[in-house]
Amino acid sequence: MSDTPVQTSATVLTVRQVQDYHAMTLVAPAIAERFRPGQFVALAVGGEHTSRLVRRCFGVYEVKSDYGGTVEVVFADRDLGTAWLAGRRARDQVDLVGPLGRPFRLPRDPVSCLLVGGGPGGAALFALADTLHRRGCQVHFVLGGPAARQVFGSRMAQRIGDTAVITTEDGSLGERGTVRDVLPRAIQETGADVVYGCGPTRLLRTVTATAAEHGLPSQVSVEEFLQETGACGIGVCMTCVLPIHGEDGVTRMVRACADGPVLRGDRVRWNDLGTIPFDALGAPRALSGGSK
Amino acid sequence: MSTRMQTALGSLELPNPVMTASGCGGTGRELAQFFDLAKLGAFVTMSVMPQPRAGRPTPRMAETPSGLLTAMGLPGPGIESFLERDLPWLQEQDARIIVSVAGNSVEEFAELAGRLRDVSGIAAIEVNVACPNIEDRGRMFAWHPTAAAAVVRAVKTNARVPVLAKLAPDVTDIVTIALACVDAGADGLTLINTMEGLAIDAQTLRPALTGVSGGLSGPAIRPIALRCVYQVHAALPGTPIIGVGGIATGLDALEFVLAGASAVAVGTTLFHDPSAGPRILRELEDALAARRMRLADAVGLAHKPAGYVPPQVRPEPKVDEPGELKERLP
Repeated sequence: MSDTPVQTSATVLTVRQVQDYHAMTLVAPAIAERFRPGQFVALAVGGEHTSRLVRRCFGVYEVKSDYGGTVEVVFADRDLGTAWLAGRRARDQVDLVGPLGRPFRLPRDPVSCLLVGGGPGGAALFALADTLHRRGCQVHFVLGGPAARQVFGSRMAQRIGDTAVITTEDGSLGERGTVRDVLPRAIQETGADVVYGCGPTRLLRTVTATAAEHGLPSQVSVEEFLQETGACGIGVCMTCVLPIHGEDGVTRMVRACADGPVLRGDRVRWNDLGTIPFDALGAPRALSGGSK
Repeated sequence: MSTRMQTALGSLELPNPVMTASGCGGTGRELAQFFDLAKLGAFVTMSVMPQPRAGRPTPRMAETPSGLLTAMGLPGPGIESFLERDLPWLQEQDARIIVSVAGNSVEEFAELAGRLRDVSGIAAIEVNVACPNIEDRGRMFAWHPTAAAAVVRAVKTNARVPVLAKLAPDVTDIVTIALACVDAGADGLTLINTMEGLAIDAQTLRPALTGVSGGLSGPAIRPIALRCVYQVHAALPGTPIIGVGGIATGLDALEFVLAGASAVAVGTTLFHDPSAGPRILRELEDALAARRMRLADAVGLAHKPAGYVPPQVRPEPKVDEPGELKERLP
């Protein structure tokens, strides 16, 4: 098995509406075979002669061995590109590149893992849960969103998770509140050894901070940041950069796609997203010119 | 690859005319996951600067109709790290390497050329003239013939390999800038860099990019790029041109060749289609074969009178390339 990504014209198997999101299953054996949890795929939108050049990057919800290998992604209808994807039907072709990015790092021992998700990004946690289970790990879920329709996979989490806590801000599903409210309690009750996060950037910051308060390592996927800033998904366009401080104490601007999307939560400078911190490697100095 | 696709940029001979555009091929490692870089005519690096540079904050990119608006701020590892880590890797790939250089003053350009002078395995240097000149209130070198020429001269006097000047299209008369660069010693011209544009985010009600305006690239600027190539080739028929701007297919590439480009570079299309390089090469080869032309005879053909017929070549019999044959032998 190779770990290099492939580009393929994939056949759409199904597109389903799931709550407020769309779940698309594509036949892509070479991608399914190479996939590791946490990796993502980059989809071209608009067909062969499209005027939309940016690839849409989505974490993979599930790979299956049907039809030689399928890949399922879950996405929100954010713009005309994702609307085009949601309008695909069975047997349509979509140009797909993947699997891309670095996967979640897995614990060596059968430990207790807390998986925290929100929005469509939370879908990527289910492939991880499967792998953790097979390694004998305990898998606990905390999923949250504004309302029931924006919590993806709550029933699945309750079925496959050792425990699952669901929160909604309006109380329409599970506990009324936010992930932030229940996370400290969930960490204590599950005896978590590691916390995984995937979803809105704001949630990942909470996950990182709460895990750190309990002395736990966190692994987070910055998929939403990548979707908002990236163009290519493969690491050539350099538009999806965020500040990370390294082992050597130096802050560098790294690509969410090729250097992520899974990052150690405590390495990300959450307060400085969307900036170039003044102490970052190559940060502009006074009087140096800007440029395009 | 048949000899019919061979091309030359002055003294630099290339097996085929398809390159990556500067800043669109990453370090090369990313694209190498999808195709062999040695199959390209050349790999053009992202612009290297004297120091590491973080670039601009995000958002750096906005999607626009048939294009991309980017304000990157020339991020890069700096020449030190480039020579240590990126260049040796590219050399291992047997790719022909064109190093793009960028500076904020004439001295910085001269310094970069000096650093590259004794480095072997570089096919050419491309001078990114579309850089702000901090000694001139941040105005771009590419906007003024004198400033553009000063930068080219600084690189040329320190270089041992051919020097190409990459020009920006948003000028009153690109031919004037091109003439000044060639007078200053440029061995060839890369036409064009991005064109300045603006996008506004209807949600935030503010410019979509941190840099406010950005460089527009992609098929949206293709007719502008083609016009620049045509005008400059008409004025300087002896100067080799690399055509760049929204090339997405072999026929797009052919248009640039007919307008006067001896080579073409693929940029934004690589973000959309990582295998675009070899695909466009294959499509261009087919398009030329269908017209019974060699690449070299097609360069600038659109400038010839309507009745002019280029030398015709016989259709090439389909034969296995040596590599393919070897693989099939027991």
